[in-house]
Amino acid sequence: MTTTTSFAARATTVAARATDLSKVYGQGETQVVALDQVSVDFGQGEFTAIMGPSGSGKSTLMHCVAGLDSFSGGSVRIGETELSSLKDKQLTKLRRDKIGFIFQAFNLLPTLTALENITLPMDIAGRKPDKQWLEQVISMVGLADRLSHRPTELSGGQQQRVAVARALASRPEIIFGDEPTGNLDSRSGAEVLGFLRNSVRELGQTVVMVTHDPVAASYADRVIFLADGRIVDEMHQPTAEGVLDRMKDFDAKGRTS
Amino acid sequence: MFRTALRNVLAHKARLLMTVLAVMLGVAFVSGTLVFTDTFGSAYKNKSAKSFDHVSVAIKPDGGSDDGEGKRPPLTDGLLAKAKKLPGAESALGSVSGFTALADKDGKLVGGEWGTTGANFFPGKDGKDPRYDFTDGAAPKSPRDIALDSRTADRTGYKVGDTVRYSTDGPVHTAKVSGVFDTDDGSVIAGGSLVVFDNDTARKALGKKNMAYDEIDVKAAAGTSEGALKASVEKILPKDAEAETGAALKDEQDRMIEQNTSSMSQVLLIFAGIALFVGIFIIANTFTMLVAQRTKELALMRAVGASRRQVTRSVLIEAFIVGLIAAVAGFALGIGVAVGLESLMNAGGASLPDGPLVIGPTTIVTALLIGVVVTMLAAWLPGRRAAKIPPVAAMNSVHASPTTRGLVVRNTIGSLIVALGVGMMFMKDNYVKSGGAAVILVGVIVLTPLLSRPFIAAAGPLLKPFGVTGKLARLNSVRNPRRTASTASALMIGLTLITAMTVVAVSMGNAINKMATDSLKADYALSMANFQPLTPKVHDKLARLPEVEASSAMRTEDGEADGSSTQITGVDPKSFAKLVGLDFTSGSMAGLKGKAALIDKELADDQGIKTGDTVPVKFDDDDRTERLKVVGVYQQNEMINGLFTPTANVTPHMSKVVDQQVLLKMKGGTSEKAEDAVVKALGDNPAIKIQDKADISNEVGGAINMLLNMLYGLLAMAILVAVLGVINTLAMSVFERKHEIGMLRAIGLDRAKIKQMVRLESVVISLFGAVLGVGLGLFLGWIAGNSISGTVKTYTMEVPVGRIVIFLAIAAVVGVLAAVWPARSAARLNPLQAIKSE
Repeated sequence: MTTTTSFAARATTVAARATDLSKVYGQGETQVVALDQVSVDFGQGEFTAIMGPSGSGKSTLMHCVAGLDSFSGGSVRIGETELSSLKDKQLTKLRRDKIGFIFQAFNLLPTLTALENITLPMDIAGRKPDKQWLEQVISMVGLADRLSHRPTELSGGQQQRVAVARALASRPEIIFGDEPTGNLDSRSGAEVLGFLRNSVRELGQTVVMVTHDPVAASYADRVIFLADGRIVDEMHQPTAEGVLDRMKDFDAKGRTS
Repeated sequence: MFRTALRNVLAHKARLLMTVLAVMLGVAFVSGTLVFTDTFGSAYKNKSAKSFDHVSVAIKPDGGSDDGEGKRPPLTDGLLAKAKKLPGAESALGSVSGFTALADKDGKLVGGEWGTTGANFFPGKDGKDPRYDFTDGAAPKSPRDIALDSRTADRTGYKVGDTVRYSTDGPVHTAKVSGVFDTDDGSVIAGGSLVVFDNDTARKALGKKNMAYDEIDVKAAAGTSEGALKASVEKILPKDAEAETGAALKDEQDRMIEQNTSSMSQVLLIFAGIALFVGIFIIANTFTMLVAQRTKELALMRAVGASRRQVTRSVLIEAFIVGLIAAVAGFALGIGVAVGLESLMNAGGASLPDGPLVIGPTTIVTALLIGVVVTMLAAWLPGRRAAKIPPVAAMNSVHASPTTRGLVVRNTIGSLIVALGVGMMFMKDNYVKSGGAAVILVGVIVLTPLLSRPFIAAAGPLLKPFGVTGKLARLNSVRNPRRTASTASALMIGLTLITAMTVVAVSMGNAINKMATDSLKADYALSMANFQPLTPKVHDKLARLPEVEASSAMRTEDGEADGSSTQITGVDPKSFAKLVGLDFTSGSMAGLKGKAALIDKELADDQGIKTGDTVPVKFDDDDRTERLKVVGVYQQNEMINGLFTPTANVTPHMSKVVDQQVLLKMKGGTSEKAEDAVVKALGDNPAIKIQDKADISNEVGGAINMLLNMLYGLLAMAILVAVLGVINTLAMSVFERKHEIGMLRAIGLDRAKIKQMVRLESVVISLFGAVLGVGLGLFLGWIAGNSISGTVKTYTMEVPVGRIVIFLAIAAVVGVLAAVWPARSAARLNPLQAIKSE
C-alpha cells in the first residue's frame, strides 16, 4: 500500500484553486449571480465531483476554473498560473498544455480516426506523443482494436472512451469532465467512470467532473455541492445513497422555499 | 404555409444573404443590359429622327445607296431643279458624301479607318443647309474652304482659320477651316467625324460622275403629305432610281438601330446568363443546407400532418420570397448598372446620345421573372429532398447531420455523359464534335464530387507544412463532396470559359504573327485607310524612290479560274519573290513570267489543277478569257491566297486600273528613315496606310486583345458570383461545425489557427475549381483550335502558361478573400457556446 500513501501525500498539493470566484451575468434588474465568491481547492491526484441542482452554477464553476469562461471577480490558479491576467492566446495555450477535457456530447472530430482524435491535442501543440504512455492509455480504455475506426463507426460508449483517452494522452495537469456520462447508458457510463477513477488511482491524474448523477458522483473521492452559486456542502468518500440523500434535501428546500 | 415560409426566410436572413446577392447580381446584369440598350436605342432613334426633318421624299439609286459603278442614275442638278418645281415641294437638296481622310495636327488620320466622312454643303434659299448648324465661322464657299463638326474640331484642336490637310482619293489637298457646326448626321452620332466642302468641291472630290448627287431630298410644302409628294416625285424619277418617304427612311433607320442594339444586348445577356447559371449552384447549395439543418423541424411538420407536397411547397415558397427580394434588389441595381455602362462608354470615347432612362415593362417583368424562376428552379431538388424526410426524424434525438448519400448514381450518370461526349468527339462532323465537348463539360460538372477526392488528396503534400490545421482543412473539404463540388463548379465554369478563350486568342495572335512573318518578306505594305483601292500612281512614285529595293503593286480583280471564282492578283514577276514568301506544294516562283500563274492549293484541289496545266481565267470586268499556265501551287493563308500572275495579264481586263496594295522592300530594311521617305514621296497623305509586319499583326492582335479584355471583364461577373458561393459554403460549414470548432478551441487550437484552417479549406476548394476550370478550358481551347487550324494553317495551340499561373494565383487569392468573413466568425466562436449540447 505504499503507492496509496504516496498519492495521499501528494493530495496536499493543489492542482487548481479558485479564490472568491464570482461570475455575474447582466446588469441591474436582470442581473444574475451565477457564482458568488466561491473558494475551492482541487487537490492533485484527487477525483472531485461537482454536484448541485440545475442553475446552481456547477457548470459555470468548472468552465471558469478550466479557462473556458471569463469570470467577474476573484482568482483562479491552475498549478502556479493565475488565469485572470491571461489573454485568449495564453489561455488557449494553457488549455492545450495543461488541461484535458471530456464533454457530454463526446465532441470528436468525425473526419479523424479514433487514434487521430486521441493524439489531436498533441498534434495541435506540435508535440510527439509519448508512445509508451499512449499505448498504456489505449489499452486501459480498451480501444486497441478500434483505433482506425471513425467516430461514426463507434458506439456512444466507445466514442466517450476515445474522448477519455484523448484527455489522458497528453498527460494534462488536470482533466475536466462536463457530464461525461450524460449521453451514455448505465453500463457504458460505469466503464467510463471506472477509467477516470483508475486514472486517478493508478496514474495519479487529477480529475474534476460536473454531474447530476449520484451514481457517477460516488466514483469520486470528494463531492462538493453547489446551490445558488455557493458551495453549500462537501462529502468525502461518497456513496451513491449518501449523495442521493443530500440531493433530496435540495429538492425539499426547493419545494418549500 | 406562406407564413411559415416567410418566418423561415426571416430566421435565416444571414444564411440567405449570399443567395440573395448571387441572384441579385445576375438580375442586375440582365436588367442593366436591357435598360441600357433600351435607353441607348431610344436616344439614338430620337436623334436620328431629327436628321430626317428636312426629308419628305428622298430620291435614291435603286436598291439603296450602293456605288455599283454602272448603275448610277443621273441624280443631277437638272433633276434637282425639276424636283424643286414639283407641286407641293417646298425645297430640294442634293447630298453627296464619301470617304475623306483628314489629317490631325500630327499628320495622322482623324476618326479611324471608317469614321471620317466628307459631305457637301448645299445652300438652300436662305443660304443655309438644314443639316448643319454652324456654331462658329461660316459655311465653306470655295474649294479652299472646309468645315468640321464640332466634336472633331474639339478632338483635333482645329479652330476657324486653321489650315488642314485632307485627301479623298490620293492627292493631298489643303484647305482653311471656315466654320464649325453641330449636326444630327448619323455618322457623327455614331462617333465618326464629318467634314463639309462647298457643293461643287464635294461633288468633284468625292468622285461622282457628271457632278451627280448620291441622293436628292425633297421637302414638302405645308399642307402636302409625304405620300402625295412621293407620287409626284415618281413621275420625274430617272431609270434605276427610286423614291422613298422620310417616314419610310426613318423606319428603316430605326430597324437598323434596333438590330444593332439587340445584337449588343444579346452578347451582354449571354454573360448575364452565365452569371445566373453559376448562381444556381449557390442557391441549390444554400437550400440543401437549410433543409438539412431543419430536418427536425420539417419532420415535425410531417408528424403533425403536413403532406409531402406541402413540405416541398414550403421550401419553394421560401425560394420564391428569396428570389423576389433578390430580383427587386437586382432590378434597382440594374438601373445603376445601366447608368454606369453609359458613362463608362462615354468615358471610353464613344459619345452616346443623351436621353431619358427607358425602363420598359418587359424589362421589369423579365428581371422579376428571371430572379424568381432561377431561385425556385435551384431550390426544387432540395425541396423534394425535404419532402422525403420521414416524420420519425422529429423524434430522433440524434444531432441531424447532413445526409451523405451515396454518389454511386451520380457518378454512374456522370461517367455515361462523359462517355457519350467522348464518343461524339470521334465523329467526323464538326458540329457533333463541338457538341461532344459541351457534353463532356456537363459530365465533368456531374462528376466533380468524385474528382474532388483525388484532387484534394493530391493537394495533401502542399498542406503538410501547415500541420494539424492543414490536415483538418483537407479532411473538411472532402467531407461533403457534393457541396465542395458545387462550390468549385461555380468557379470552374468561369475559369473554363476564360481559359478556353485565352488559349484561342493567344494562339490566334501567334498564328497571325507567324503568317505575317512567314508570308510577307516586304518591309512595308501600303493601302488606303478605308480599304478602297489605290491609284497606280502610288506605285509608280514609290518604284522610283532610291531607297526602294523592290516593289510591286498588288493589282487585284475578282474573276474565275477554270470556272471556280477566285481572286486574281497581278504582280511584278521580277520582284514578287523578294516581297512575298510562298510555301509551294509543287512548282516554284521561277516560272512566273509571261502567261503564267501561281494558284493556291485549295483552288488546285477543288478543280484538280496540277502544276503544268493551262487553265482558262476570266475577269469580272470583261468577258475575254486568258489562258494561263500554272507554274506553281502554294499553301494559301488568310493574307495570301488566290491566283498570282504578272500584272500585264490583269491590267487589260480592268475597267478602271487600281491597286489593292503596294508592297515595298527597302534597301536597309524597315527604319524610321525609310518610312519617312515613303511618307514624303506620297506627299504626307493621311489616307494612305503604311504598315510594317508588326503593324499588320498588331492590327489583328490588338483587336483580339481588346475583345479578350472585354470578355474578361464580362466573365469577372461570373467569378464574382462564384466567390459569393465560396463565402456561402464556408459560412455554412462553419455554422455546421460550430461544436467541433468549439471543441478544438477548448482543447487548445488558438484563434489564428482556426482562421488558418478555414482559410486553407477555402483555398483548397477554390484551387480545385480553378484547376478543373483551367483543365477543361485547355481542352475546349484545343477542340476549338482543331476546327480553327482547318482554315488558318499557321494556327498551332499555344498554352499561355503565364496567364494560367495568374488565373490559379487569382483563384488562391479568391480563396483567401472569400474566407475572411467565415474565418473570422469561426475564430470568434466561444468554445463554451459551441460545446454546449442543445
